Amino acid sequence: MAETTEAPGLTVQSGFLSELFDRFRRSAEFVVIPLLALIVSGVLFSIFLLLVGKSPADFFALVWRGGFGTSFSWQNTLVRSAPLIFTALCVAIPARLGLVIIGGEGALVLGGFAAATIAIPMIDWAPAYLLLGVMAIAAMMAGGIWIGIVGALRHYRGVNETIASLLMFYIAVSILNFFVEGALRDPSDPNKPSTKPLGADNMIGVIPGTDVHWGLLIGILLCCALYLLMNRTTFGFAAQIAGGNLRAAQAQGLPVGKLMVISCAIAGACAGLAGFFEVAAIHGKANASLIAGYGFTGILVSFLARHNPLVIVPVAIFLGGIAASGGLVQRRMDLPDATVLVLQGLLFLVILVSETFYGRLSFFRSKGAA
Amino acid sequence: MGDDPGLMTVLLAMFAGAIRVSTPFLFVSLGEMLTEKSGRINLGLEGTLVFGAMSGYAISYHTGSPWLGVLVAGLCGSLFGALHGYLCKLPKVNDIAIGIAMMLFGTGLAFFFGKPYIQPSAPRLPSISFGTWSDHPAVRQALEINPLFLLGIALAIFLWWALKNTRYGLIIRTTGDSAPAALALGIHVDRVRLLSTMAGGFFAGIGGSFLSLYYPGSWTEGLSSGQGLMAVALVIFARWNPIYCFWAALLFGAAGALGPALQSIGISRGYHFFNAAPYILTLLIMIASTSPRRSLKGAPGELSITK
Amino acid sequence: MSKFELSRRTLLQSSAAGLALLSSASLSRLAQAGNLTVGIVYVGPRDDFGWNQAHAVAAAALKDVPGVTVVEEENVPETIAAAKSMESMINLDGANLIFATSFGYYKPFVLDLAAKYPDVEFRHAAPLWTEGDPKNAGSYFGYLDQAHYVDAVAAGLSTTSNKLGFVAAKPIGTVLRNINSFLLGARKVNPDATVQVIFTGEWSMPVREAEAANALVDAGCDVLTCHVDGPKVVIETAESRGVKCCGHNASQAPLAPKGFITGAEYKWETIYKMFAADLAEGEPLPNFTGGGFDVDFVRNTPYGAGATEAAIAAADAARADVTAGKPIFVGPINKQDGTPLLAAGASFDNYEPSLDQTDYLIEGVTGSIT
Repeated sequence: MAETTEAPGLTVQSGFLSELFDRFRRSAEFVVIPLLALIVSGVLFSIFLLLVGKSPADFFALVWRGGFGTSFSWQNTLVRSAPLIFTALCVAIPARLGLVIIGGEGALVLGGFAAATIAIPMIDWAPAYLLLGVMAIAAMMAGGIWIGIVGALRHYRGVNETIASLLMFYIAVSILNFFVEGALRDPSDPNKPSTKPLGADNMIGVIPGTDVHWGLLIGILLCCALYLLMNRTTFGFAAQIAGGNLRAAQAQGLPVGKLMVISCAIAGACAGLAGFFEVAAIHGKANASLIAGYGFTGILVSFLARHNPLVIVPVAIFLGGIAASGGLVQRRMDLPDATVLVLQGLLFLVILVSETFYGRLSFFRSKGAA
Repeated sequence: MGDDPGLMTVLLAMFAGAIRVSTPFLFVSLGEMLTEKSGRINLGLEGTLVFGAMSGYAISYHTGSPWLGVLVAGLCGSLFGALHGYLCKLPKVNDIAIGIAMMLFGTGLAFFFGKPYIQPSAPRLPSISFGTWSDHPAVRQALEINPLFLLGIALAIFLWWALKNTRYGLIIRTTGDSAPAALALGIHVDRVRLLSTMAGGFFAGIGGSFLSLYYPGSWTEGLSSGQGLMAVALVIFARWNPIYCFWAALLFGAAGALGPALQSIGISRGYHFFNAAPYILTLLIMIASTSPRRSLKGAPGELSITK
Repeated sequence: MSKFELSRRTLLQSSAAGLALLSSASLSRLAQAGNLTVGIVYVGPRDDFGWNQAHAVAAAALKDVPGVTVVEEENVPETIAAAKSMESMINLDGANLIFATSFGYYKPFVLDLAAKYPDVEFRHAAPLWTEGDPKNAGSYFGYLDQAHYVDAVAAGLSTTSNKLGFVAAKPIGTVLRNINSFLLGARKVNPDATVQVIFTGEWSMPVREAEAANALVDAGCDVLTCHVDGPKVVIETAESRGVKCCGHNASQAPLAPKGFITGAEYKWETIYKMFAADLAEGEPLPNFTGGGFDVDFVRNTPYGAGATEAAIAAADAARADVTAGKPIFVGPINKQDGTPLLAAGASFDNYEPSLDQTDYLIEGVTGSIT
């Protein structure tokens, strides 16, 4: 309260500096709290490891080595983070509106399926760039429509989006299996039901000098673009308002339904793109291997990034690294594969709980706001 | 109709499936219903269910007593519920997100500690034969009923009565409908929610132990196919009414039996969709039974999922 | 040199220290030098009572070869994760020999890696390697349909309803071949026998497997068998319904003390022991190893209480016939849609290559693929 009594004109210079400092302190909160949360989860997980008789030091050394310690490990990590970036966006964008979408995996599956399906009649004649372009559009549309439906159901019917999106995931899987094992099954491979292969010439290559396909770069660019959309445009601003208070937004005449459907469609398109890259850069065809859980790990990534598209990139790489090192941990420490799940769950819980500290630690508060 | 053996087979299979498969749905949905009645949602019951399945099986294996397994599964479930309930009372912590995290955490722990129990055969829960009057083997089998199923029915009736007619029921309902009103009445809102979530976790753990100790009756990592999450949808469909929860659980069980039953009479084209019947059915029911404007009848006012 | 790091470390710890002859890339010499690291990748948990466990138990034979280090990783999905796990074993553990035990690992992952790492040997558990594939890759496989055929001979004499039930995961080549052989075995001794199949759609889905088993019993089947990753549930359900059963993948005899007839099991240990012996003696590993009873790659579970004298005698005779090379597929055989597969008098050799590509069920099997 002391500061308000000061005459504003007299302290232009120092006011500017202290405001800068205050801003720095307030934004430091967004760095320090997540870091503390990381440390706390590390400590809790170490205790868990000690309880089951394993060495935390070994564990973290192996995670470092398997995820980031060598150039191979980095490639391994980046390859695994590429799909997570897309599926995390599928959670982050609707989250701005207060929607919790957990069925991004379904959009990924259908996106990959649509891409592979639309390619079938084109493989023999279309040049690679045309084929891949059409596939990418098909994947985005399929994913976008799929999650867009979830948004529409939420707005027009009041169906809870969390559960609806999950149910739609199961339905997406049955659609994929029905066609891949039926009408669209390629006879060349009787033992792994798949659509017709794209052929090596039509596959998306790797970023030169690495093993990592272009999806990673596209994903990073997409994160930047969506950050701008959500933070620098009227659309993003309106979404933010609607997310803060739905009724107020409606009272102000914001087209809440449209915002919801469009946000969900964008989200689904992102997950659909993940499916496209799985088909066009990894498998070369659609089959049950598309159901690999990237959509579910994406939920974790988005929450850890507090739904900020720019933060998604480092978080995806972090979790990609944990996944990449999971195998090494299994092999060297004789720990079950579920160890990574336990670590992820713990991390998730601690990060969510850390939400409670924002704005409550006095150090980060500007004096004026106190 | 009666002389169409195919149709009869399918109907009988769905009836039998309803009884066999519905119990976990019933317990999880009753638990979720209770939690939601107090104004919280716990999406983590899927993780609780899986951990309950693992711990119940492990205890039954070590002690030779499946009923002790059921009890321990419930206790583990209430521990998960306590964690959920405690974390959610912190300001700014989102109960839906915590639920998703608990799902991951519970499943991870269950898989981590469950490895040694995939192989051994643990003693399983007995069943009671209600079908001795029939000489039709399928009918007799359908009426081999597990006591937990009966317990679930009793629990549903009890909860229905207790929520309506007891002081505790009133406290839970008030807490769920309006936290300020509850505070004004001197109710400890957080404590009521914590206890409700613990009780919900207890039921979900028991639901999990049914999976591993009775039907299908073994512990594997693929044991649950989302039953814990579908039960959450089922609660909305059942309008937070315990009796409706029972009918909804039966319906889900029957839908789950549809795919294999149709294949057994030779209808197998599109079996993927028949197998997805419970999910499709849930979605359709949710679409049909919700409304964008008026809030749902029976929905607790404080619930984040319906706001 | 980092490639051999782990091997070198274990070497220094072992009694064979000081023999490091790292210049040689040949597996056998590496093994003799105490420097061979074998990496094994599993698609599911190593103790699943089925496919993965059968491999893991048998592969333990490799651990007894002096100078060989085994590293294992479980629950590796058939995605880029499989490629990266194998690469991680090569780069971080210094693996020189990789066993990829799941079907979908081969194309594209094993093929790509074999080209990328010409000094590393890859062996994959399915009959997929052909002449054109990299020479440092290869296949090993047991033809389990021979054992299912023998099972069915016993089952055909054990049924009174003449209806046998088969719970199958997915309609892929090896599964369909097992179902067809199962019918042929039953028909051999019981011309009225039919096989009813229910597909669950997933390799592991316990509730649905139990439902399928119950549905088959309700439909009048009095002998059940299955082809899913973990047959425990099907066998236990059959036992509790009071019908007989035949096992799959591993011995399920203890699970059905009353109704167990016999079962079809891979005998991977023959293959892994053979590989182990080759490595110990300095022989190169073959590119293609496959067989059935004749080379002891498959076996039947010892008879349980459900097997009658007549069934045992007939099954033993059938096994002797198949071991001697007598064909299983003897015409006339029609496919389900009525098109002829084999004319009267014609037959397939038991290793007929086209049987690897089975994409049909034969007449006498009810239940369709799509």
